[in-house]
Amino acid sequence: MFVRDALITPFSDNRFLFHALVAGVLVAAVCAIAGTFVVLRGLAFVGDALAHGVLPGIATALLLGVPGVIGAAVGSAVMMGGVNVITRRSQLSGDTAIGLLFVGMLGTGVLIISRSRSFTGDLTRILFGEVLGVSPSDLWWQAVALVVVAAVAWVARRPFLLLCVDEDLTQTSGFGVRRYHALMLGIIAVTIVASFQTVGTLLVFGMLLAPAATAALLVRRMGHMMVLAAGLGAVATYVGLLISYHADLAAGASIVVTAVAMFMVALIALEVRRTMRDRGRAVT
Amino acid sequence: MTAGSLIELKDVAVGYDAHPVVGDVSATLGPGELLVLMGTNGSGKSTLLKTMAGLLSVLAGTVTVLGEAPGRQPGDVAYLPQHPRTLDTLPLRVRDVVAMGRFARRGLLRRLGADDWCIIDDAMQRTGCEDFADSALRELSGGQQQRTHLAQVLVRRARVLLLDEPTAGLDARGRRAVTEAIDAERRRGAAVVLATHDLADAEHADQVILLARGIVAQGSPRDALTDDHLRTCYGFTERH
Repeated sequence: MFVRDALITPFSDNRFLFHALVAGVLVAAVCAIAGTFVVLRGLAFVGDALAHGVLPGIATALLLGVPGVIGAAVGSAVMMGGVNVITRRSQLSGDTAIGLLFVGMLGTGVLIISRSRSFTGDLTRILFGEVLGVSPSDLWWQAVALVVVAAVAWVARRPFLLLCVDEDLTQTSGFGVRRYHALMLGIIAVTIVASFQTVGTLLVFGMLLAPAATAALLVRRMGHMMVLAAGLGAVATYVGLLISYHADLAAGASIVVTAVAMFMVALIALEVRRTMRDRGRAVT
Repeated sequence: MTAGSLIELKDVAVGYDAHPVVGDVSATLGPGELLVLMGTNGSGKSTLLKTMAGLLSVLAGTVTVLGEAPGRQPGDVAYLPQHPRTLDTLPLRVRDVVAMGRFARRGLLRRLGADDWCIIDDAMQRTGCEDFADSALRELSGGQQQRTHLAQVLVRRARVLLLDEPTAGLDARGRRAVTEAIDAERRRGAAVVLATHDLADAEHADQVILLARGIVAQGSPRDALTDDHLRTCYGFTERH
């Protein structure tokens, strides 16, 4: 009975918490797909920059009374276009271009929000999300984003896989590197736009990286990595929400911290196993 | 383009960002022929191969591969880079890495069929990869990874093979597998361009281009690999 009260009742008795769980699972699924490419192609910084680059768009949307999702979509498009232009038109490295745009967009976002009457409340909501305030219509949008991202990732699975291995191999296999790189950035942007309302722009990056990175440690195939990342993300959502409910902590942050903790546990477990195996070999 | 030739280079200059690494290269290669590029580090062997693969622009002259500009026929041209990239984070089995070589033939959506898997199994067997086919690539030695990448090139069943030092880092068994694979590809009718530091590889070639800050010698192995030319190229002669 105690176990039921602790683990299940919070979700069955509180509709907002059940919605949060569904939203979190949808976020976990869409982030698992995009996050796999972020981890394998080494796009963590781009992912981080995109996650924060949406801030001015959301802030402007809030001031204008337009849905935040539209602002986030515009913000991510501006960010992706900016990264492309700066890296192609200047002698700067991609990292420098991304870093400049990242702080520029973040600063612009904060400036715009500072014109709002409820500055702190709005900023906190954008950065950390409102997982407990997710509505059924938000869930539908998230489901649509998941279907779109999954469909694109399936159709472009070959060039995406090749891109994760080597750009030259992608090119010599007949797939345009620029085109598919842009498409990959596109699904990362859609993922961020679809997820920020649940876990916020700051924490969506954690959901992109942590479950996929944990899965990358544990499996040998990309498809398995996506499925495992989705499962780990869903578990992190469930555990994070429970911690948040029982300990009265911020829900979005609890989810992401749980996901990162799972990565650390996997890393330590693998290290311990490797050490024991090496010792075993030394003894024999 | 000369009738029957698969690769034709006419007064070609190649390099990076408009800075030529090597110029005035001309050669014609037909089905089953082997062109070996030998020379010092930085002499332009890899740059020539990358240009033929369509990864670099031609700075001067014309390069024709299978009757078209480089890079236009990905299904029929296979390129093995000098140091294939292998990330430790990549969760890929050897079999999956080799299968990626069929993507150029199958395109975006066509499924890999039984024929494809026969070709994949055959390439893994020829390169000695079948022993570790289900292992993760990241868990293998450098030599095993190199054999995997070679198998990936072979499964393309390409008409032109561009191989950049495929024997680098291989043990005797691996080197023999590479030599046998190249011979088999030539018997199949493929034209092979091979960059190598190994004189033994060059002695089987139809043509050799010896490079060191430009072309030192070009012709049959007997004509190109003389002691004088090798001394000019490397500063010393070391024949077996």
